Amino acid sequence: MPKFEPVLLANIDKPNSHTLQVYEASGGYRALRKALSEMTPLALIELVKSSNLRGRGGAGFPTGLKWSFLPKDHPGPIYMCINADESEPGTFNNRVLMEEDPHQVIEGTILSCFATRATTAYIYLRYEYPLALERLQSAIDECYAAGYLGKNILGSDFSLDIYMHRGAAAYICGEETGLIESLEGKRAWPRIKPPFPAVEGVFRKPTVVNNIETVSCVTHIVERGVEWFKSIGTPANPDNPRDPGSYGPKLYCLSGHVNKPGCYEAPLGITCRELIEEYGGGVWKGRKAKAAIPGGISMGLLTEAELDTKLDFDGPGRVGCLGLGTAAVVVMDETVSMIDFLHNSCRFFAHESCGQCTPCREGTNWSLAILNRIKAGRGRLRDLELLLEIGDTIGIIPGTTICGLADGAAWPIKNAIRKFRSEFEEYIQRTNPTGYMVREAVPALPVVQLH
Amino acid sequence: MSDRILTDEMVAAIKAYFPRYPTRRAVTLPALHIVNAQLRYVPLQAVVEIAELLELAPAEVQDTLSFYGFFKQDEPHGEHRAWVCRSISCALRGSEEILDHLCHAAGIRPGETTANGKLTVEFAECLGACEFAPCVLDGMTTLKNVTKESADAYLAELGIRSNTNGQP
Ligand SMILES: Cc1cc2nc3c(=O)[nH]c(=O)nc-3n(C[C@H](O)[C@H](O)[C@H](O)COP(=O)(O)O)c2cc1C
Ligand code: SF4
Ligand code: FES
Repeated sequence: MPKFEPVLLANIDKPNSHTLQVYEASGGYRALRKALSEMTPLALIELVKSSNLRGRGGAGFPTGLKWSFLPKDHPGPIYMCINADESEPGTFNNRVLMEEDPHQVIEGTILSCFATRATTAYIYLRYEYPLALERLQSAIDECYAAGYLGKNILGSDFSLDIYMHRGAAAYICGEETGLIESLEGKRAWPRIKPPFPAVEGVFRKPTVVNNIETVSCVTHIVERGVEWFKSIGTPANPDNPRDPGSYGPKLYCLSGHVNKPGCYEAPLGITCRELIEEYGGGVWKGRKAKAAIPGGISMGLLTEAELDTKLDFDGPGRVGCLGLGTAAVVVMDETVSMIDFLHNSCRFFAHESCGQCTPCREGTNWSLAILNRIKAGRGRLRDLELLLEIGDTIGIIPGTTICGLADGAAWPIKNAIRKFRSEFEEYIQRTNPTGYMVREAVPALPVVQLH
Repeated sequence: MSDRILTDEMVAAIKAYFPRYPTRRAVTLPALHIVNAQLRYVPLQAVVEIAELLELAPAEVQDTLSFYGFFKQDEPHGEHRAWVCRSISCALRGSEEILDHLCHAAGIRPGETTANGKLTVEFAECLGACEFAPCVLDGMTTLKNVTKESADAYLAELGIRSNTNGQP
């Protein structure tokens, strides 16, 4: 195993790592004491800003900057929503943190609330994580008893309540404004922005939405300092004016066709190949990789030749992927059919589209219908153009939808077909030898609603 | 009314959530979960009663409920509800075969419940346990690295005898 000393995962193998006793024994809640006695909320925001911490939930937005968008001198209340909906296929690092080191998550949450002056935090947890619910709830209970939560925390004038809120198995509740709507008791339809949550979020009040791993990083920044944080990772790419650099430790999820799937902590900027070889023990069964998802299925595909891509916020974009996403790498060996991969991806997004925006609702469903037809041996070469047309026109990047789910649906389509086009063409010609050149429209009615 | 569905315990559990949120409406999902955990479904009458507690129109609760495929309304799901992940990491390691096998062995189709009322089998999207692919979630239990053999053992524990006679 490589020599990087884990920080976020430092405690998870200790017996009873989820208890307050073990957490405190390894220095837990020291950062909170330090912040409450030595820092103002503004100073903490400045600290996080200067660390260049970027959100770990998928978009990589600078955390300190997001916090500074909150209105100044707001009478309150300000709300913190911790995004623990973690539903991006391939992703499970938040689960590991919540199950094995819930106090680290809670300390980061308290610190983030102190910085933003939030007095209530909701942890929006996906339904499928019952153990995380149990562990977080008992961590919260321990904190109230120990004076880390509730009124006048550790004798300061800062008070905070944290509540668990369970989702109901819908991917779109991870999108921050879908989460907010769901928390309010409505269908999880993402909101049109602006207004951004910092101005008008949950219950029409200023709100910050942060990921579990993001707030966990805050604790370590307070504890170890900005110098330490910025000594890990990769500096800004000078050719990309929108890249502020990628700093800090990162939890990578590795699954699919590798020998040792798991959640591994490494410096931001490790290459996909290093992750697979040094942490994952290589591709399984002595086979070669054919492709890998770089950061959750929404991010698209790396080919074998692109596996040396750095997994930092800038890297995957350089080879045509959407971004780093959740840093969840899914490896596919040489036996995997890209038609099957794309079918799986399209089925997921058709199932999870919330249906508000026509390009997303129709685009995800029709792309699945086309993939179903191709898989059934009735594909046409023209279908590839249709799929690419869908891929190029749905999403917030082309500017046709409310939220980024549609971009996540588009990228696997664009990457799979553009990077593996000959495989698609060969499959269609082989399985539909008499019809692959047909260009007339296919009758539509019998194929709607297939997922 | 004599045919109320929500028990006093459920009502008390729902009301205990009120202080957590500035609006009653935010208690919709917690309330649905409380009822569903007891009844294994949320019939329309329960929707009406929840709406009354939350000072909402029944249609508002129904609107939210129907957005999530999670809550059944026609009949309860089985004592156990097994979610078989079909997303990419699990699919790469044979989850489609596991879903087929479980359903075939239990004599049901995805979404259905066995005749003894013990088990409902459903597909799920990524369960966030991809390092254990293929995996199945049943309540608090995650079945990890599931094989046809371990799937049969799981069924046997529920008193469901595989009707495949060793055939796939
Ligand atoms: C369709 C969709 C699903 C998302 N799911 C999640 C999720 O499960 N968890 C998460 O933290 N962020 C998710 N996000 C990103 C959130 O919208 C948001 O950017 C993030 O929670 C902000 O936290 P961060 O700045 O700490 O990363 C999702 C975004 C989209 C478009
Ligand atoms: S892009 Fe898709 S998921 Fe997002 S709001 Fe529109 S329809 Fe819903
Ligand atoms: S893909 Fe099955 S648990 Fe994630």
